Amino acid sequence: MNKTAKNIFEMKVKSSTENLGAIREFVEEKATQSGIDKSITDKIVLAVDEACTNIIKHAYNYDESTEFTIRVLISKKEFKVLLIDHGKSFDPNQIADPDMPTYLKQRRVGGLGLHLMRHLMDNVEYLNLEGNVNQLILTKKIA
Amino acid sequence: MAEFSTKHREDGEVNIIELNGYLDAHTAQHLEHAISDLITKNKYKVVVNFEQLKYISSAGLGVFMAFIETMRTNAGDIKLAAMQPSVYNIFDLLGFPLLYEIFPTETEAVNKFKL
Repeated sequence: MNKTAKNIFEMKVKSSTENLGAIREFVEEKATQSGIDKSITDKIVLAVDEACTNIIKHAYNYDESTEFTIRVLISKKEFKVLLIDHGKSFDPNQIADPDMPTYLKQRRVGGLGLHLMRHLMDNVEYLNLEGNVNQLILTKKIA
Repeated sequence: MAEFSTKHREDGEVNIIELNGYLDAHTAQHLEHAISDLITKNKYKVVVNFEQLKYISSAGLGVFMAFIETMRTNAGDIKLAAMQPSVYNIFDLLGFPLLYEIFPTETEAVNKFKL
């Protein structure tokens, strides 16, 4: 790999949970090909699964006629995954991590995806761009 | 793609659900049905064997959260067993061992019900 050039890979999928397996395979393949350790790859794959699940569920409300894009950008130092959708926007900065002992005590269900992404990745950034473009950027340092 | 299956066995009054494959937002419903099915038969003592489970996301964890109270209020429980380290790490990361008993083997989990 050229030291400065980025490798970019892209996948576009229908907004359906049945595609989660294919998305995981796509991301795992790119991470593995980049020589990333399995334990780090597992974290990236789970974070992307959680992000895509949220898009399917919350941004698109399970509307399978919609699509979103998974774009992988690999540089020497970072493995970045961009999730791009045109659904309902949200601001993760407004969503605090749950207090897990309280969460468990109250037997709550759901709402752990963003919490996991923040734990598993080095950075989680969200951009709401013009033309109703939502972009979630998950970054993992690899060097 | 996203393959997942469950198998059900009984050991006395303990119901064992074996998980196989990938548990995510797509396949979680399959596990929900398997556990709901036990509840309709008034079976509340459940051991989930994770030995063949390769992957879990938060949607999978949510299934256990959804049913734990029903089992415990009916003198039962959901005990978890034989997780691969990569799966256990997710439970641990979210503090789930605070709420669930997790055993290295299915036998230990089943025996806990027999005490």
